[in-house]
Amino acid sequence: MTLLKSREAILFGAIALLVALVATRFPGFVVPSNLIAVFTDTSPLMILAIGQMVVILTRCIDLSVAANLALTGMVCAMINVAMPDLPIFVLICFAMVMGAALGAINGLLVWKLSIPPIVVTLGTMTIFRGVIFLLTDGKWINAHEMSASFTAFPRASLLGMPVLGWIAILVAIVMIVVMARTTLGRAIYAVGGNPHAAVYTGINVGRTQFLAFTISGMLAGLTGYLWIARYSVAYVDIAGGFELDVVAACVIGGISIAGGAGTVVGTLLGALFLGVVKNALPVVDISPFWQLAISGAAIIIAVAFNAQSGRSKGRIILKSAEHAQ
Amino acid sequence: MRNLGPQGADGSGDTPPVLTLDNITKVFPGVKALDGVRLDLYAGQVTALIGENGAGKSTVVKTLTGIYQPDGGQILLGGTPVPFATPQDAAKAGVTAIHQETVLFDELSVAENVFIGHAPKGRFGLIDTAAMYKKTGEILSSIGAKISPAVKLKDLSIASRHLVAIARALSVEAQVVIMDEPTAALSQTEIEELYELVDTLKAQGKAILFISHKFDEIFRIADRFTVFRDGQLVGAGIMNDVTEADLVKMMVGRSVDQLFPKREAEIGEDVLVVAGYSHPTEFEDINFTLRRGEILGFYGLVGAGRSEFMQSLIGITKPSKGAVRVGGDIRVIRSPAEAIKAGIVYVPEDRGKQGAILDMPIFQNVTLPSLHKTSNNGFVRMAEEFALAREYTERLDLRAASLDTNVGALSGGNQQKVVIAKWLATKPRVIILDEPTKGIDIGSKAAVHDFMSELAAQGLSVIMVSSEIPEIMGMSDRVIVMRDGRMVAELEGDALTPETLVRQAVGIRETGGDT
Repeated sequence: MTLLKSREAILFGAIALLVALVATRFPGFVVPSNLIAVFTDTSPLMILAIGQMVVILTRCIDLSVAANLALTGMVCAMINVAMPDLPIFVLICFAMVMGAALGAINGLLVWKLSIPPIVVTLGTMTIFRGVIFLLTDGKWINAHEMSASFTAFPRASLLGMPVLGWIAILVAIVMIVVMARTTLGRAIYAVGGNPHAAVYTGINVGRTQFLAFTISGMLAGLTGYLWIARYSVAYVDIAGGFELDVVAACVIGGISIAGGAGTVVGTLLGALFLGVVKNALPVVDISPFWQLAISGAAIIIAVAFNAQSGRSKGRIILKSAEHAQ
Repeated sequence: MRNLGPQGADGSGDTPPVLTLDNITKVFPGVKALDGVRLDLYAGQVTALIGENGAGKSTVVKTLTGIYQPDGGQILLGGTPVPFATPQDAAKAGVTAIHQETVLFDELSVAENVFIGHAPKGRFGLIDTAAMYKKTGEILSSIGAKISPAVKLKDLSIASRHLVAIARALSVEAQVVIMDEPTAALSQTEIEELYELVDTLKAQGKAILFISHKFDEIFRIADRFTVFRDGQLVGAGIMNDVTEADLVKMMVGRSVDQLFPKREAEIGEDVLVVAGYSHPTEFEDINFTLRRGEILGFYGLVGAGRSEFMQSLIGITKPSKGAVRVGGDIRVIRSPAEAIKAGIVYVPEDRGKQGAILDMPIFQNVTLPSLHKTSNNGFVRMAEEFALAREYTERLDLRAASLDTNVGALSGGNQQKVVIAKWLATKPRVIILDEPTKGIDIGSKAAVHDFMSELAAQGLSVIMVSSEIPEIMGMSDRVIVMRDGRMVAELEGDALTPETLVRQAVGIRETGGDT
């Protein structure tokens, strides 16, 4: 626990340091309005990363999140074109249900057929993109075809921050409660921490993984609407490759890829770190290649850190065992 | 009886041993696995290593093959001390082991399996495949095996895989061949073939260490014996000089003293009735009744089907036949959750793997199986949860800075307490303890035994699976012995003696004049 907390503190420090360094060269970066803009810009990554975290905690991985986002977003856009007067609230509910259903497909394949998650989601990732093409023949849906309320919602300002940012905060709060205070949250940590022990305590491991995929899918569906509406365009390759950023945010945020360890706050910080790198470096004239290198280095440092903390834990056990002797 | 003592010098004027373990000691945290043991292996002879589960046999094998480093004593090869720092050192010195579950590679060919790690090299350091296949063919025909070097291992029967393992042993020009329960998975004809092979190896002058629980086997092929008990040498000599009864006495020969704080609990009504419980491959026709306040021991050799039966009883695997009655109701238990609801809990043997969740705090581990009691509609009531965890950790005298500490940071003994607290918090009627004291030190053992008595005294029914005779003798009100997946005896009172337990577990019939 203390280790994780200190780890989150380290990550927070790293983000603060990065922001401070940028501020010395470009003070405009740290004015509140810009920080809010960076936060809002990172919101889709944060929402997806929280869903991904739930899946990784159960020792799985969901590579289909970006494709789910694109498919659900496209269907939302098509509905909007067909029924411009449908209330946005209904559309958001639809996006979450549809995303959850796509996630549930992943979950069912993992649970009932015991197919490795990486294979399942690699497959559904391709299928989802293929379905978008079948639905649209590869055509784009552009801003002028969407209704004004459809595109305005994520950008509407509420207490000085766009709704998109507020939704990320809301999702984070709900998931903090789910992970810490519900039996499902406990089951998710137990399944990832020690699946054998989880079985003996009466937890259904496959069902828990299924629910994790459903949650991840639901958040991907939600992000699907928000993404399409915010950028006011929908096409086959939207958010292509974004699943890797999502996994990277989790890893940087201290989610153990072996499952069972990690927090919502860590995930948020991991996503924010990537968001700051992406938004800050261009304003101080650092080439995009350095951005990639810095993100990559952060991933490796984070994993090395995880491995290190795992090792020292082993030593502590042995020491106390020797002591007890 | 001829007990030749720890020096093992039997004065028969033979050639000196090829390999000697001299005064070897191996200590694990809390346990002395080997305590100054000696083992001699002679060229062209089969030495049987005999002992109960936990006597130190596998530790000896691992020491001989360089997997473990001894903490004291030395290994002598032809009289000169050799350090086996790595498995490669042992292999180079000509010591090779054929394991219980042969560790080979399914997707590789027979020849590749035989020569993996020491394949013949041709030009540019590449593997000389032709030479490898040719040599494999030669070795296989020298042991009379009709197996093509080119087939993949996964296409062979278990017996043929054993032959491949033996061929692998011979490919390194072994002087010493260790066979660890080689017949466990073989049919009767395959066993006969194995005996012939052992004779071939003897004729080639190999020294063979043969580990087996089956006395008929030992008497059929061994020339010498060495008996271990609790990591100590208790006897060694020539097979012709001993009888089965002598060996059994050496294996168990110790007094069951007052180490065990068995309190007399009042035995009450029937709590659990198991009738005709069967599984297609693991056990058959298990019948017993467990009463309130009773401790029922389950004894048998490793692999007799005890743990498999217990796992089926709590719904991890499904039985093919049979019924359970718990507290008067007939129940079908299809999942561990249903077993917990019926009041049956299982504390597994491998607590590291199956017990605690190390990355979780203590209180969450303790309440995990009882969360439905401290939650509403899926929301956990943390205050109640914490109170439940505190109640049971205090009952078990668990020492930790805070219940927020991750279980991974606790010592082994305290981790064990967390696991037991977790199960007691479900308020069970029947608690199944699988090898409750395996691998823990004497002091903690006494605490576990004390605790077990207390549970029974409070009216809980306890099933204790154990392979340690003193524990079984000292703690159980009644003992069921299992062999090869069947119940072979139910013993209590005067019928419960160490000798009977071992006889039933290994399958020796009572001989006249011995009882």
